[in-house]
Amino acid sequence: MKIFIKGIGSISPQNTIQNTLIDADIIQHHTEYLKCIEPVYKNYINPVSLRRMSRIVKMGVTAAQLCLKDANLTNTDAIITATGLGCIEDTENFLNSIIANEEKLLNPTPFIQSTHNTVGSQIAIILKCNNYNATHVHKGSSFESALMDALLLMKENEANNVLLGSSDEMTPNLFKITQRLNLWKKEPINHLKLSECKTKGSIAGEGAAFFALTNEANTSNYAVINALDVFYKPATNDAIDQRISLFLANNQLKTDEIDLVVYGINGDVKSDGIYNHLMESVFNKSTSTYYKHLCGEYHTSTSFAMWLSSIILKNQVVPNIIKLNNQPIKPINNILIYNHYLNKNHSLILLSKC
Amino acid sequence: MDTLIKELKEEIINELNLEDLTPDDIDADAALFGDGLGLDSIDALSLIVILEKKYGLKIGNPDDGKEIFRSIRSIAEFIKANKK
Amino acid sequence: MSSRVFVTGLGIISSIGCNIKEVMEAIYAKKSGISEITILETNYKGKIPVCEVKKLNKELAELAGVSNLNKYTRTALLGIIAAKQAVAYAGIDNIKELRTGVISATSVGGMDRSENFYQSFYKDQNKGRLRDVVNHDCSDSTEKIADILGISEYITTISTACSSSANAIMLGARLIKNNFLDRVIVGGTDALTRFTLNGFNSLMILDATGCKPFDNKRNGLTIGEGAGFLVIESEKSLKISGKKVLAELTGYGNACDAFHQTASSPEGYGAYLAMKKAIEVSGKHITEIDYINAHGTGTANNDLTEGKAIEKIFNNSIPEVSSTKAYTGHTLAASGGIEAVLSVLAIKEKIIYPNLRFTEQINELSFSPTIELLQNKEVRNVLSNSFGFGGNNTSLVFSKY
Repeated sequence: MKIFIKGIGSISPQNTIQNTLIDADIIQHHTEYLKCIEPVYKNYINPVSLRRMSRIVKMGVTAAQLCLKDANLTNTDAIITATGLGCIEDTENFLNSIIANEEKLLNPTPFIQSTHNTVGSQIAIILKCNNYNATHVHKGSSFESALMDALLLMKENEANNVLLGSSDEMTPNLFKITQRLNLWKKEPINHLKLSECKTKGSIAGEGAAFFALTNEANTSNYAVINALDVFYKPATNDAIDQRISLFLANNQLKTDEIDLVVYGINGDVKSDGIYNHLMESVFNKSTSTYYKHLCGEYHTSTSFAMWLSSIILKNQVVPNIIKLNNQPIKPINNILIYNHYLNKNHSLILLSKC
Repeated sequence: MDTLIKELKEEIINELNLEDLTPDDIDADAALFGDGLGLDSIDALSLIVILEKKYGLKIGNPDDGKEIFRSIRSIAEFIKANKK
Repeated sequence: MSSRVFVTGLGIISSIGCNIKEVMEAIYAKKSGISEITILETNYKGKIPVCEVKKLNKELAELAGVSNLNKYTRTALLGIIAAKQAVAYAGIDNIKELRTGVISATSVGGMDRSENFYQSFYKDQNKGRLRDVVNHDCSDSTEKIADILGISEYITTISTACSSSANAIMLGARLIKNNFLDRVIVGGTDALTRFTLNGFNSLMILDATGCKPFDNKRNGLTIGEGAGFLVIESEKSLKISGKKVLAELTGYGNACDAFHQTASSPEGYGAYLAMKKAIEVSGKHITEIDYINAHGTGTANNDLTEGKAIEKIFNNSIPEVSSTKAYTGHTLAASGGIEAVLSVLAIKEKIIYPNLRFTEQINELSFSPTIELLQNKEVRNVLSNSFGFGGNNTSLVFSKY
């Protein structure tokens, strides 16, 4: 069975609401972390639902709405969401209120909206969708875990279409905490040149991206999801090489058939070594690209990479802003997304032209 | 009474995030729950918090709130009758 | 596709015992785990009863066999203890001989320590011990369990509030059926925190006298902590390992109530759909279900709507029903794991658990829960319910093998 991407929706630190990424429209942020360009939510969510939603929920629900509209669907056979840290703003609000009020007379709203499944369940409530609904929360492989769930569900014939997506938000407090954990660069940088950085730390970001998956072929589909592999704490770079070789072999592909690779380069010298190694060895004939300079680093950033790959496969245009080498652009049939989060959670996503 | 009603409206708009509304948009006699303002069980809990924090009036059981929270006016009347 | 999924190991820690033996002793003695708070730091000590595991983190670390206490949240410690028990129960010596995964679940992850961090951070953003916050995210306890057990093949975490571990068990079973894994350690863990205690308190759904599931005068839940894990295996795995089968996981169903973030729909439609689907998948007839381990939290809303959904499925032939939450409290994301362990034990031990603390049938319902401990009872199939915030409802069916 082939599984297609029928529709997409993305809210990110770039202008992605129209499902385009245009070189002339790239936004350079001058803030400590990359914050999403957000639409007027009233245009997408009714006021009664909207009033209790924190930013991440608005972002997730709206990206889901954009995606369904793009896919021309009004409902779905399943809703599968992912988030690394969930509803941080509401979690902070409730913690603040516990401390400020000494555990007395607390408004319950931030608590009930703080659970990790809030985005998934709010989408279900809005769509009145009683079908399968799950939320995956495994750090740097949360989105991949949700994607795995979606692929299984369709292979089991439990769903003909699945609404799959992820959302993660950055807040000033979370930024401060993660900054103290040395996750981010100490010096000011131009994030659009992230791949050129040779220092420790990355740049923080956030985003929500949704996909309508279907088992129905259609010329308007964006891409085919061919395969997914998730692995944990590989011992060495050799182990990663082997895993990639095996992954390609299992999918009857040679390395030179991977026309374009999307790397999870995040500008951190501690993380980027493996990407540079792959670029110069196994995939030296492929077009090399990356994406975290556009959306920043966050747990579910691969959903942004999958959104980006979807539009590349459909439009056969590679924005200059993502290119890392000058390989002549051939027709793009196969895209491999390879990402890892803090050298722990690694993933490979293989997408192909319809 | 009118001052109390206006104050309550502002308090409720603020606490329940009814950002799009102004005090004048809310009819003091309209139903707060169901077809009126469309509030739900979670809002009832927030109203209980407002009453206790702001007016020192305790409602121990959410079910007791049903009558009191019928409208803005009924809340104002409850406050007037019970506030020491 | 491997068509069958077998349970070969069980592990549990909860307020009624730190292993299966202790838990079963409490069950037979009809001893509830509801008590005053003695370990959790909160202003509600002595005011709100909970189901607390009466062990300090230091003591839990001993049970878990780990030494560097700084590295572990209470959530992780509870999870490690139960997961290790499950693996030992299954008698697994070489974890790497088969494709083995860990699918765990938690609601608030390492909040038990991050809320302490936040207390200092709140006053001064440069304060707070970072080692208290680095393990906050939900995957931390899962990875700690996987690292200790030496599992790296496939690891993930589910968080759907109070149905989390039922969904983790369901996902594990599906990964086996799709021949992606041979064997999976599945379940969930949650520690008591001020965050969740205050959360449920702000919803005014904590019974000040302790929960009374399915009672007409029920007045809320009692929050608890703990962990429950199972080892589930494929047919192929079983042939290689030659393990003894405790029960078969025959059915699972996940549905969404899609009604309200916290309240269930009046007729419990999502609960009905989850149960119906689980029974369908199991291939069993409703008359073959001998026991329902209900979600039965003790809140007015849950017990009524779950009861109505049970009535709709079973009509006039409602099997034995009880909520074991009067024993263990509502352990949130861990409850599905703990109750799955209890469901398998019901089959194995031929018992049906009493619904403690019950006196009066709910007016709107046609049935009462089982209140006596039933022994020497042939339990062919157990339906285990787990329902969560956001209407995330999941039911599992465990069957005698």
